[in-house]
Amino acid sequence: MNIFSFAINTKIKFLSFRKPAFVLSMALIISSILIYSINGLNFGIDFRGGTLIEIETTETENLGNLRRSLNSLNLGDVQVQEFGSPKNILIRVEQQAGGDKTQQNVVNIVKAELNTSLNSDVNFRRTEVVGPKVSAELIKAGVIAIIVAVFAMLIYIWFRFEWQFSLGAVIALIHDVLLTLGIFSLLQLEFNLSIIAAILTIVGYSMNDTVVVYDRVRENLRKHRKKDILDLLNISINETLSRTIMTSVTTLLALLSLYIFGGSVIKGFTFAMIWGVLVGTYSSIFIAAPLLNYLEVKRDWSTSGAVESTQK
Amino acid sequence: MLHFSRSKIISICAISIVAMFLALPNLFSDQKISNFPSFIPSQKVNLGLDLQGGSHLLLEVDTDSIEKEKIEDLTFDLRRMLKKDGIKYNNLKVIDDSIIFKITDATLVSGLVKNIKELSQSTSQNAVSAQSKSNLEIDINNDLINVSLTDDYLKQISISAVNQSIEIVRRRIDELGTREPTIQKQGTSRILIQLPGLDDPERIKSLLGKTAKLTFKLVDQKASYDPSNPTKAPVGSEILSSDSNSEFKYIVKKKVMVGGENLVDAQPGFDSQTNEPVVNFRFDRIGAKKFGKVTKANIGKPFAIILDNKVVSAPVIRDAILGGSGQISGGFSAEEAADLAVLLRAGALPAPLVILEERSVGPDLGADSILAGKIAALIGFIAVIIFMVLVYRSFGFFADVALILNLIMVLGILSLLQATLTLPGIAGIILTIGMAVDANVLIFERIKEELRSGSSVINSVDSGYKRALSTILDANITTLIAASILFFMGSGPVKGFSVTLAIGIFTSVFTAFTVTRLMVSIYISKMKPKELRL
Repeated sequence: MNIFSFAINTKIKFLSFRKPAFVLSMALIISSILIYSINGLNFGIDFRGGTLIEIETTETENLGNLRRSLNSLNLGDVQVQEFGSPKNILIRVEQQAGGDKTQQNVVNIVKAELNTSLNSDVNFRRTEVVGPKVSAELIKAGVIAIIVAVFAMLIYIWFRFEWQFSLGAVIALIHDVLLTLGIFSLLQLEFNLSIIAAILTIVGYSMNDTVVVYDRVRENLRKHRKKDILDLLNISINETLSRTIMTSVTTLLALLSLYIFGGSVIKGFTFAMIWGVLVGTYSSIFIAAPLLNYLEVKRDWSTSGAVESTQK
Repeated sequence: MLHFSRSKIISICAISIVAMFLALPNLFSDQKISNFPSFIPSQKVNLGLDLQGGSHLLLEVDTDSIEKEKIEDLTFDLRRMLKKDGIKYNNLKVIDDSIIFKITDATLVSGLVKNIKELSQSTSQNAVSAQSKSNLEIDINNDLINVSLTDDYLKQISISAVNQSIEIVRRRIDELGTREPTIQKQGTSRILIQLPGLDDPERIKSLLGKTAKLTFKLVDQKASYDPSNPTKAPVGSEILSSDSNSEFKYIVKKKVMVGGENLVDAQPGFDSQTNEPVVNFRFDRIGAKKFGKVTKANIGKPFAIILDNKVVSAPVIRDAILGGSGQISGGFSAEEAADLAVLLRAGALPAPLVILEERSVGPDLGADSILAGKIAALIGFIAVIIFMVLVYRSFGFFADVALILNLIMVLGILSLLQATLTLPGIAGIILTIGMAVDANVLIFERIKEELRSGSSVINSVDSGYKRALSTILDANITTLIAASILFFMGSGPVKGFSVTLAIGIFTSVFTAFTVTRLMVSIYISKMKPKELRL
């Protein structure tokens, strides 16, 4: 017996955990919303506007001194933090009053100050300036993209399955998105454009997982007309369990490698993805599938065999 | 599902080989590629600015300022016309892009309207071809007259200003010799500039920040600047600051004697006597004629050279300059003189440009990102490959071959499409490594189930493939939907991510159903295994 052949012939009664799982998820969703309403999101300059400068110094610099000198420039709030290594420093300057025209001066002022107040030679690795017009548009585009994606999934699943499936899948999706927003709010991780990309990928991934389970549920609904729905859902989850675990593990292997070795710029993105894979896998099994029990999925599939060519 | 016709086998092999060919150039340096025989493709993956270093600038043409300028011109013309025709008026003012005034004699209204319409013909000639339709909207309420520019006309001038701006931005950037700049119009009034390899765009930003409107005007010698009353200038004159010292003011006549539009050339140089950096310029025929006339008539008087409403210098005219060429000096450094020459050669922008967004990445960070991406991809790749073999043994090996081919195909397709690979794009590829095995996992798990239910090896494999197909399609279409939404709504780097993700979805499904299946089928038919150890 191969020790890596796991999850074969499991008969775990997942549906027995449906109530604790719903309670847990509801609690997590509510706390996500609460944390979000208290903490908000730590928006990066993509969404808040402002200036970001990443520098590399030849000597290890005193960040406290640098913070003081930059904050005395009358540019409003200036954040200074180490980025990846002690000689890499990330500087964020808040958006300046006075519209798009005033943002550009910040770069010159900060660069001049860095060149005089630091002992080392400064290598400017990255400069980003986002004005108020663009940041407002990016927020709008990001929110629309996520809503459109969720809606497109709703339509697709409705088209391929039945409305109960589509509703169940979308509730699980919203669950995943809210929990992702919650963790970003809780840990105050920077929320920027790439996080929107990560959330959309999570939407795709979580849906992928849910569809595999649902596909099996549909197949079993045709196979076992009389079986109790709870048993039927349990069988379906168990039958797809080894695949669910396999794919989550390989995806996580790739993502962990990216998180550890992929560099600081992309860490937030990878973190969101890892979180999303975990949450997405959980929600497919414990939210999406059990929801079919409550949504009273249609039992008589004999006439709608046309949707999917009956197999066997 | 296990039978492959000969033609199918050949086309699967052919596609795999083509993909390898397309991906091949990415393994070599540009120099080595140039030595390749011509049948090998030479296109590499196009690296995004975040990977190769470079600058991304989003500019907006300040079309409001053109509208304002047009209204000012119109006000000027209108006042002159009213004065010429001897029509008495009062309360002439500009409110929200329209000129409002009262005339004392209401009976003159009808004639006035005709004259104003003629005025509109003359204002239109330099912007767009004069059409029979008037560019002006005239509203009359007894003796109250309201003149404004029509929306159509405003739209036209803004469109032509944006197009003209793009042309001039291109000329200015080309003059600096930046390699492969991309300059695109975005939306209605925006310009997207991408400058690969340029990590410090300060010089370009300062070049683009200037409208570079050059005019020559006479200094008003009758008036003198009164610091206690800094806005007061005689009628027909205006107060302008010095370019080098904003405290120092000049009073110049408003009338433009010669303008930058008549320049044909400008080159940086050095003054033969003082050795100071200067800009030498040359006028076209019309400009030379005007310049000659003015200088001849005003010998001994100071002549102001004005750039963007600031006086660069105001040398005294010593002789009539008839040759049409001259020199601008203004305490420049050599680089300032060179930049001014660039600006004058490229021409003036019709309106100021505002920088809405800037993203610059230094070449070091780009190189670091590529290295980190390569290491992460390699380690993730090896981890997944080992894991698959541990779990599925020989089938895992088949899936791994497909995975390798999958990566090659992603690279090949990216090179072929000349799509841009960004840092999130690399993340997309790595994510694809993890997800690409999904199709094979679904199939293998299905085969396992069939085996457990007692089917023979061949039947199990065959129905495993058949039954997994619809699941695989449904599951991947959802991810594809997410990727396409990202592609259409996302910008820059995020777009790069969606492209690699989408390509990865196609190649992973393709390889699972062709390459892996072919290997499985050969394995089964040649080895005839009695049982499968999956």
